[in-house]
Amino acid sequence: MQIYVNGDQHDVEPGTLAVTLDALGFGGRKIATAVNGRFVAAAVRSTTKLAEGDQIEVVAPMQGG
Amino acid sequence: MSFYGVELKSRLLLGTARYPSPKILGEAIQASGAEVVTVSLRREAGPERAGQSFWSMVRSLGVRVLPNTAGCHTVKEAVTTAHMARELFETPWIKLEVIRDEDTLQPDVFGLVEAAQVLAEEGFEIFPYTTEDLAVADRLVEAGCRVLMPWGAPIGSARGLNNVYGLKALRAHFPDIPLVVDAGVGVPSHAAAAMELGYDAVLLNTAVAEAGDPAAMARAFALAIEGGRLAFNAQPMEPRDMAVPSTPTIGRAALGD
Repeated sequence: MQIYVNGDQHDVEPGTLAVTLDALGFGGRKIATAVNGRFVAAAVRSTTKLAEGDQIEVVAPMQGG
Repeated sequence: MSFYGVELKSRLLLGTARYPSPKILGEAIQASGAEVVTVSLRREAGPERAGQSFWSMVRSLGVRVLPNTAGCHTVKEAVTTAHMARELFETPWIKLEVIRDEDTLQPDVFGLVEAAQVLAEEGFEIFPYTTEDLAVADRLVEAGCRVLMPWGAPIGSARGLNNVYGLKALRAHFPDIPLVVDAGVGVPSHAAAAMELGYDAVLLNTAVAEAGDPAAMARAFALAIEGGRLAFNAQPMEPRDMAVPSTPTIGRAALGD
């Protein structure tokens, strides 16, 4: 199915957010996530099922003022 | 000085953006003596892991982090960013920014108050980036903010304190709320001026990051902030219109005709 991760389109197997993040190489990194504009806590990534067209945001620590 | 029950010795809060290199950022933080640095969160790009190495570097310096919601223009964006920041940085602290105007980066104070209400109810400890508007500040305190961060001038403008009268009024109106001048500070004398008004701390970034020698400038700001605080505590004299000779005139030798 097609999903969007940080604005880029990806073709992934249907599954959970946790599995999809692993497949895309984010496993083990210090990140936070949102799906369709809503925060998804790390603790519930493995029970959050993704759907066709979902917009996923993956953010990491960055310099800021 | 304390923010939400956390005692701090340094009254300088330093931003971590726009430094020439991570090494220089680290040197500037150490030279500043800052115990709190601001951080942000951004999309993590594929294999580069830029965010991961930045985080390791900040952790190694042993400073407390204040994550921001920079770049957010709506309440929803700011609230979701705050949720992500709380998990990522493991802190209830959030520098809340809801920006309205692109040219001045002036906060959308209506959105700011609304976002503060939502986040305060969820247990966040909010550092709102606001203007010096007294009524807005009152609403933010009503919403649960126990720190206020009015701008000195637009972010990155280096213009200093644009509205000294407004900042003084805010200080007088909120004697017990920690007040931090955030943004617009260009040189150490601007920071000293804020401290002489009785402000509790100064948050700055670009003035240090874009100086020719960031670490030296960080040290200069630390000294100015300490000097300004000492001056405030020492109760400065009031300005007056007429000259008053500082040297006593009594006993002056009569040398004229």
